[in-house]
Amino acid sequence: MEIKKGIAVSPGVSIGKSLIVDSEDYRIPRREIESSQRILEIQRVRNAFRDAVEELNQLEAGQGQAGSKQIRDIFAVHMRFLRDRSLRRRITDVIHAESVTAEYAVSTVLREIAAHFTDVKDAYISERAADIYDIERRLLRQLLGTKREDILHLREEVVVVARELSPMQTAGFNRDYVKGMATDAGGRTSHTAIVARSLGIPAVVALEDLTEVVRGGDLVIIDGNRGIVIVNPDEETIRQYEVYSREFVALEHKLDGIREKPSVTRDGVRVRLLGNIEFPDEAQVVLQKGGEGVGLYRTEFLYLNRPTEPVEQEQYEAYAETVRVFKDKPVIIRTFDLGADKYTQSRRVAPEPNPFLGLRSIRFCLQNLTMFKTQLRAILRASVLGPVKIMFPLITNIQELMQAKMILHDVMEDLDEEGIAYNRDLDVGIMVETPSAALTASTLARDADFFSIGTNDLTQYTLAVDRGNELVSTLYSAADPAVLRLIRTVIQDAHKTQIDVSVCGETASEPEYVMLLLGLGIRTLSLTPPMIPEIKQVIRSVTIEDCNHLAREVLAMNSERQISGYLRSAARKILPEAF
Amino acid sequence: MLTGEEVLEKLVSQTTVEIRNPNGLHLRPAMQFVDLASQFDCEISVSNGQITVDGKSIMQMSTLVATYGTRLQVRAEGPDAEKAVETLRDLMETSPFGEPPEGKA
Repeated sequence: MEIKKGIAVSPGVSIGKSLIVDSEDYRIPRREIESSQRILEIQRVRNAFRDAVEELNQLEAGQGQAGSKQIRDIFAVHMRFLRDRSLRRRITDVIHAESVTAEYAVSTVLREIAAHFTDVKDAYISERAADIYDIERRLLRQLLGTKREDILHLREEVVVVARELSPMQTAGFNRDYVKGMATDAGGRTSHTAIVARSLGIPAVVALEDLTEVVRGGDLVIIDGNRGIVIVNPDEETIRQYEVYSREFVALEHKLDGIREKPSVTRDGVRVRLLGNIEFPDEAQVVLQKGGEGVGLYRTEFLYLNRPTEPVEQEQYEAYAETVRVFKDKPVIIRTFDLGADKYTQSRRVAPEPNPFLGLRSIRFCLQNLTMFKTQLRAILRASVLGPVKIMFPLITNIQELMQAKMILHDVMEDLDEEGIAYNRDLDVGIMVETPSAALTASTLARDADFFSIGTNDLTQYTLAVDRGNELVSTLYSAADPAVLRLIRTVIQDAHKTQIDVSVCGETASEPEYVMLLLGLGIRTLSLTPPMIPEIKQVIRSVTIEDCNHLAREVLAMNSERQISGYLRSAARKILPEAF
Repeated sequence: MLTGEEVLEKLVSQTTVEIRNPNGLHLRPAMQFVDLASQFDCEISVSNGQITVDGKSIMQMSTLVATYGTRLQVRAEGPDAEKAVETLRDLMETSPFGEPPEGKA
C-alpha cells in the first residue's frame, strides 16, 4: 500500500483498477510486465514499426515534390531507422531480458542512441539527438495511439492515471467506465480538473511521480475530497473508503434537494446560475442540478479526437440538440477557442514557441475565415430554436471585436441571400479574459451586448503565471489584488453601459469567491454543473449586505495572502457547513 | 591449404579513412553510407577504434558519432569486398558526402 498526496480538484471517492495513459510528450516510466506478456509486447513493437513506416509513406506521398529537400532528407533518415532490423532487435531484446512494456523499451533504446549524440562536443552533431527523439515519438505515437483506441472501447470500470491529460485524450473518455482521474502534473484549473468536475468524477492532480508508482491494473483509491491517492490499499483501508464513499453520496443527494428552491440571497436578491458545458450530453446535467441555462458552451469538442474538420451540418446538429434541451433558457455559444494547448499545436509543422501568447482562440479564427464562417453559420441557423447568444473568446482590442462582428454580418447576408432563417437580433458578447480587454472594457462595452469574465485566463495573463506549471502554480491566484482590480473595473464599466456581465471562470464555483463576486456586483454566475447546488446553497445563506461589506474590505487589502485568508475565514463564518 | 588462404585474402578488404566534411558523419551522410553499403553482398563493418558496428545499419552507424577529423576503419568481407571498400572510400574522401568542404549545412 502506498499513499500519495496531491491537490483535490474534483470531489468524490472512487475505487478501481488503474488504466495508465502515457503520452509521447513525456518520459515513459519503467513498468514491468509478467514474463508471459513479453510476446505480446514484442508483437506490439513489430506492429508499431510497421504502422510507422506506413504512416511515413503516406506523409511522403502527401508531400509529393512540394516539400523542401531538407524535409525529404529527414523523412528518408526516419525511414532508414524504422526499417533497421538491428534497431528493432535491440528493442525487443530489452523487452525479453527485462520484462518491460513496449513503450518503455522503445523509449529507453532510442534515448540511449540519442545520448551518443548529446555527449559529443560538436554542436551540430549533438543537435542531431533531436532527430532521434523524433523517431522515438513517431514509434510511441503508434504504440499509444492504439491504446487510445482501447480507451474508446472500455468494457470495465477504471480510474485513469497519467502524467497529464490533454483535451485530445479526455475527449475519448467514456463516462460509464472512467470513474476517476489522477495525474502527476496539473493544478486546480488544469484541463484534467475541469473535465473531471464537468463529468462529476473524483480527481486528484499534482501527485508528482504517481505514474512511476502505479502499474496498469493496480487497485487505486482516488479521494477527490482530501486530495489523496492510495495505490494497492489493504483490506481495512478499502472497507473504510467504501463506508466513506457511501456517506459522501448521501450528502450529495441532500444538496440535490435544493434544486427546486430559488437562487436568491437571504435579503431577496436574485442570482442567476448557469452551467459551463463542453459536450451536448452535459446539457441534461445542468438541468438536473437546477441550472437556468448555459453561460459557456465550449465548442472545441467538435474538433477533438477526429482527423477531419466538422462540417456545418454536424455543428448545427450539436448546437441544435443543446438549444432544444434548454427551450426558452439562454445558451451562450462560445466560438472556437482553439490553439495554445488545444488542437492546433499538434497539427503544426513547427509548434509555436509561446503558444499562450500566439495564434490561439479568436486570433486563430480570424486567420482561418472558412472555418470561422462555417461555425457562425451553424450557430446562426440554431438561433431560431431558442435564445442563443454568441460569445467571442480572448478579445484583446476593439479592432478584433469589430472584425469578428463584421464577419458575422457577412455570414448573415449570405444566409439572407439563401433565404435561410436565423435570429437577426441575437446577442453578441465577448469574454473578458485579458488585461487589455479589462482595461478597455468601457470601449468594448459599446460594441458588445454582454461581458463574461474568464477568470482563469485573466489571472494567468495578469500575473504572468502558467497555471499548469507546478513550479510557479502557487503564484496563480484570482485573489491577487491586481486581478481583483481588473474584475472590478470590468463590472463597473459594464454597469455604466448597462450591459450584462457574468463570471464564467473557476472562481464562480468556489464558495469563498462567490461572496466576493456578489459584493462586486455580479448577479450571474456560470459554473461547472455539478457545483450548482453547492453554490446555490452559498447564495441562499448570505445577504448582499454581507457580500458588499466583504468586497469593500478586500479591495482595501494589498496582498494576495491577506485577501485569500480573509475570504476563507469570512466564508467559514457565514457558511460553516460548506467547509 | 594454400589455395584456401588465397581465396580468403581476396574476400577481405579494408581501409582507414578520415571524416572530411565539416559537420561530421551526421544522420544524412550516415544514411548515404548505409544505402551505398547495402548495395553490396559482402558484410561491412566500421570501427572508430572503440566500437565496431554494422555498416549496413543506420542505427549502429549513428552511434559512431564521427565528428570532423575522426578516423574510421572500414572492413568488408565477402565476394565484392574490394569494390565495396573502394566505393565507400570514394564517398567519404573524394567527394565527402556531397557536402561543401566549409560552412555548416
